[in-house]
Amino acid sequence: MARKLLLEKAHVEGIRQFDVYRREGGYAAVEKALKMEPVAIVEEVKKSGLRGRGGAGFATGLKWSFLAKPEGVPRYLVCNADESEPGTFKDRYLMEFIPHLLIEGLIVSSFALGSNRTYIYIRGEYAWIVGILEQAIAEAKQNGFLGKNILGTEFDLEIYVQRGAGAYICGEETALIESLEGKRGNPRIKPPFPAIKGLWDCPTVVNNVETLAAVVPIMNLGAEEYAKIGVGRSTGTKLISACGNINKPGVYEIDMTISVEEFIYSDEYCGGIANGKRLKACIPGGSSVPILPANLLLKTAKGETRYMNYESLSEGGFASGSMMGSGGFIVLDEDQCIVRHTLTLARFYRHESCGQCSPCREGTGWMEKILHKIESGKGVSSDIDLLWDIQSKIEGNTICPLGDAAAWPVAAAIRHFRDEFEWHVNHPSLCLTQNYGLAHYADELSVVA
Amino acid sequence: MKEVEAIIARYPQGKQKSALIPLLHLAQEEFGGWLSAEAMDHVASILSIESIEVYEVATFYSMFNLQPVGKHVLEVCQTGPCMLRGSDDIIAYIKSKLGIGVGETTADGMFTLKTVECLGACGYAPMMQMGMHYKEHLTPERVDQIIADCYNHK
Repeated sequence: MARKLLLEKAHVEGIRQFDVYRREGGYAAVEKALKMEPVAIVEEVKKSGLRGRGGAGFATGLKWSFLAKPEGVPRYLVCNADESEPGTFKDRYLMEFIPHLLIEGLIVSSFALGSNRTYIYIRGEYAWIVGILEQAIAEAKQNGFLGKNILGTEFDLEIYVQRGAGAYICGEETALIESLEGKRGNPRIKPPFPAIKGLWDCPTVVNNVETLAAVVPIMNLGAEEYAKIGVGRSTGTKLISACGNINKPGVYEIDMTISVEEFIYSDEYCGGIANGKRLKACIPGGSSVPILPANLLLKTAKGETRYMNYESLSEGGFASGSMMGSGGFIVLDEDQCIVRHTLTLARFYRHESCGQCSPCREGTGWMEKILHKIESGKGVSSDIDLLWDIQSKIEGNTICPLGDAAAWPVAAAIRHFRDEFEWHVNHPSLCLTQNYGLAHYADELSVVA
Repeated sequence: MKEVEAIIARYPQGKQKSALIPLLHLAQEEFGGWLSAEAMDHVASILSIESIEVYEVATFYSMFNLQPVGKHVLEVCQTGPCMLRGSDDIIAYIKSKLGIGVGETTADGMFTLKTVECLGACGYAPMMQMGMHYKEHLTPERVDQIIADCYNHK
């Protein structure tokens, strides 16, 4: 059984209530942290090796150390709870089941960064979670962990929950800031980075829910102990939200030493492929990261076991690897059509493009249309090359990473499943009633199973 | 109005425009599930901003309805992970059961059907949003039940 740092207490009865959370050892991290120098907490987080859990995997302590501290200017911490990457539902789980863990992490992090007014920006659709968080905030305040002069330290903090209103782009930190300022979610040109000029032009740190919650075990264990969990530059634990054609979809906390094979087939995690089917492909880190056929998912191109961590999942680069991303683990069985699946993702990105940059605004629409054409048996061979050409012209040519995020799934689908696209083009009526199936994608293990 | 003041108080002095999205949510709940130009103008006057600043925000975010909608809005997710678990069939089922297409409202004004992109419920697919809540693990039987419940509580 893997060690759990975040969800260990998530199913203790009544853990949503302050008293129960406190009895289970909650808010000890706040008591410890508020006796430390803020800069020492930043150092601890640096030493822990914690990397941003939202998708980019940037070193959290380093990000914190960039925060400008001009005299007389407020600084802000904003928690990014705009969880919208297809396949990702881990932050929702954490907030819903153990909300005080996030509030505790926010108090420690706000103290470390010098934020007296911290916002949780939550996607608008998670409407019922707003009440859960506000209840936790009110309880923490009643018990002296929020408000004025927290634990007699003269540190003041208020936490507010802000609902978004349906826009994937607001998960991008500068778009999130724009939205929090009451504007359209159009990403800003960087630099200046939010650490210098963020919310209301003040220095701002934006971190993901899971990242900020992880600050609690870092405080409780100490950075050194925390860093011993995991492997290499993948320290601590990671929440993985598993979905698609598996027996046990759900949120799992892993220490990043287990293999992908164990994660998919072990009863402790996904419990194998649903309905006795075989594994065809998987997107291991949220819809933006490259899809991998089963053979490249379980083993790298060198034939080595692939593990559930940042380094191993990206082994082989985009040629034969993928990314850890947000931990949104999407599994496709043998009956799934890669073209159709890629079409739904292309439609998603077209819908979510903010429209600022032409390559993304126009390109995402073109990709959706061409994929639709191929999927409905009207494609021609040159469409596949055209699709490749369009995605390559979006990537790297936009203000924010949404362009890349839209291009990568299409590129990876063509890179690894080009024959399935060609089969659609060559069998215009058959592809309407039948699927291409597994072909050579299956790994040996899933063939046996 | 007390609720409005409490929302505006979350932000520093002079930054009341940040209250725009929360106030639009409130207005939409208050005025029958959609935002008329009058409702948006009213929000603009509360926040001392131009109406155009409200329109440009209301048109950007997909949760704001700019046309009247039915009493219950069924927003069915159709993105990859839900598609893998049969969301296409659920959408087809709702269409035929209610006799409406996507974006349409039933003649009795009870239901509007919308297809939406990923709502962060991929592990509990197929699913849809109904008002403030998610309806997950959808099957035709469950859809029947949900629709029957709506009629029973009207």
